[in-house]
Amino acid sequence: MDMQLRSVFTFVARKLLRLGLLLLAVAIFTFVLLSLSPIDPVQAYIGADMMQISSEQRQLIAERWGLDQPMIIRFWDWLGQLVQGNWGTSMVFNQPVSEVIASRFWVSLPMLAIAWLLSGILGLGLGILSGALAGSWIDRVVRLYAYTLASSPTFWVALLLLIVFSVALRVTPICCAAPPGILAADVTLWQHLHHLLLPAIALSIIGIANIALHTRQKLIDVLHSDYILFARAQGESLWGVVRHHGFRNLILPALTLQFASLSELFGGSVLVEQVFAYPGLGAATVQAALRSDVPLLVGIVFFSALFVYTGNTLADLTYPIVDPRIRLGGWQT
Amino acid sequence: MTVTSPISKPMQRFRSNRRQRILWGIAWCALLLVAMILSPWVIGDDGLSPVLVQRNQPPSLVHAFGTDWLGRDMLSRSLHGMSLSLRIGLLAAGISALIGTGLGLAAGTLGGWVDAVVTWIIDVFFSLPHLVLLILIAFAVGGGTTGVIIAVAVTHWTSLARVIRAEVLQVNSSDYVRLSYRFGRSPIWIARHHMVPHVIPQLLVGLILLFPHAILHEAALSFIGIGLSPHIPAIGIILAESMRHLSTGYWWLGVMPGLLLLLSVKAFDWLGENVRSLLDPKTSQG
Repeated sequence: MDMQLRSVFTFVARKLLRLGLLLLAVAIFTFVLLSLSPIDPVQAYIGADMMQISSEQRQLIAERWGLDQPMIIRFWDWLGQLVQGNWGTSMVFNQPVSEVIASRFWVSLPMLAIAWLLSGILGLGLGILSGALAGSWIDRVVRLYAYTLASSPTFWVALLLLIVFSVALRVTPICCAAPPGILAADVTLWQHLHHLLLPAIALSIIGIANIALHTRQKLIDVLHSDYILFARAQGESLWGVVRHHGFRNLILPALTLQFASLSELFGGSVLVEQVFAYPGLGAATVQAALRSDVPLLVGIVFFSALFVYTGNTLADLTYPIVDPRIRLGGWQT
Repeated sequence: MTVTSPISKPMQRFRSNRRQRILWGIAWCALLLVAMILSPWVIGDDGLSPVLVQRNQPPSLVHAFGTDWLGRDMLSRSLHGMSLSLRIGLLAAGISALIGTGLGLAAGTLGGWVDAVVTWIIDVFFSLPHLVLLILIAFAVGGGTTGVIIAVAVTHWTSLARVIRAEVLQVNSSDYVRLSYRFGRSPIWIARHHMVPHVIPQLLVGLILLFPHAILHEAALSFIGIGLSPHIPAIGIILAESMRHLSTGYWWLGVMPGLLLLLSVKAFDWLGENVRSLLDPKTSQG
């Protein structure tokens, strides 16, 4: 018991240390990139009113912001503020960055979650089906589907879905997260679901291809091994073999892939939310970049790094549940 | 290799057939892509001028991709846009491949702190969603066409660098390279005779498979409006424009240019697969 507790403790400590180093690296990278960029922060802040401002006033703003300081000092100032939780104020939304990200992420989260689950389950299912029936017409159809989707642009798939289901069939709404003209408090759960269904499906369609192809390959490898030959010789059926031997072997890499796909899911949500005008974090990313909202953009960069890292850590946490032979914190017990 | 036996005759015919098939595949894909890139100079700018009497026509024999809300021919607009996107993608992917090869070779051969720094940069790049990274870099360098090219060029080298680093490390620790060192061969001689033949096929396939990613990301950046200016008809911009006309039922504005984009990405994929199976000794002889 004591051993187990200690291994969990070392696991958490190591993960937190790695996360800290990663965020520091992202901070250095972002800071260097933005200080080398030709964008003048004063001009980006003032925007269109730049003409009405004298050069003395500009100087004053620059001094107040510490822009005359050397880069290292500015970096430590900035990092200190970040660590204290001051992520700045978003210029587009006129709200603290952390609040914008939190509220936008809650809008995106149901869509991301549905897309993630759907792509995982469908991808695994299709992969097992085509792997077990390798060479059949089902396998051919699944492979054609996966290879085509792997190379089709996310936003175009979203556009196609929009054309078919919203414009031609009129079964789904054409935009936004709620019907227009209704107060946010009055939106029913069904209306929420109705609006996020198509974006979620568009997002999941992209994710299916990768996991289906990997699962298929893994299952084919497993089915060609000696122990499967032996099991089949003993009279085990194909689906029995898949259930008892195949599934256990392919669930671990599939989980790794699925948690690693959070990175692509986040990127895909930027494009999908743009197509469906869904007011989530992805749409906020685009607005931050288009309207030079540096604090919000930096905040989103940090948040996305955290998001991806959480996904990888969750994958590590699920391994011991799926496979009891794996222990947290490595093999040294 | 040249020993002939009675059995090898049908095998040989099969082999040449397969090689021929692969070569034909490569030729067709390359031809298609070159045709797409050169198409604007062949068809000229005629289709780009507005013809108001022919507005919003669905695809027909005269206008295979239909016409838009100004009566411009969508086929020539799409081809112009695709050509531009392909050229930007090729340039960015080329730069990316150079960076990837350079850093991969440096990390693999020099080792030590160079290797540590390169792997660290790769780790940081992989820890951010690719699209967020692209947006950040395109924004930081000031947007526009240069912004897109730089953003795509500096974010696509990581996987290639990883592959080349691993390849170099593997070859470096193999027996024949160690033996070569013991024989007193200089590192440059070893690099020339032992490394390069191993790295070149990886590099070629890696480069070709970089293109579709680069083109898709260029299109994505233009689509959300961070890339090229709206006056230049890149494929992403054409698709973004079509969004405003979709609700009125002009489906071809969005579907047809996207099909062209999908076709060019697929062509690069096929090209890469075929070149890989030609260069890989496991599949090239089968």
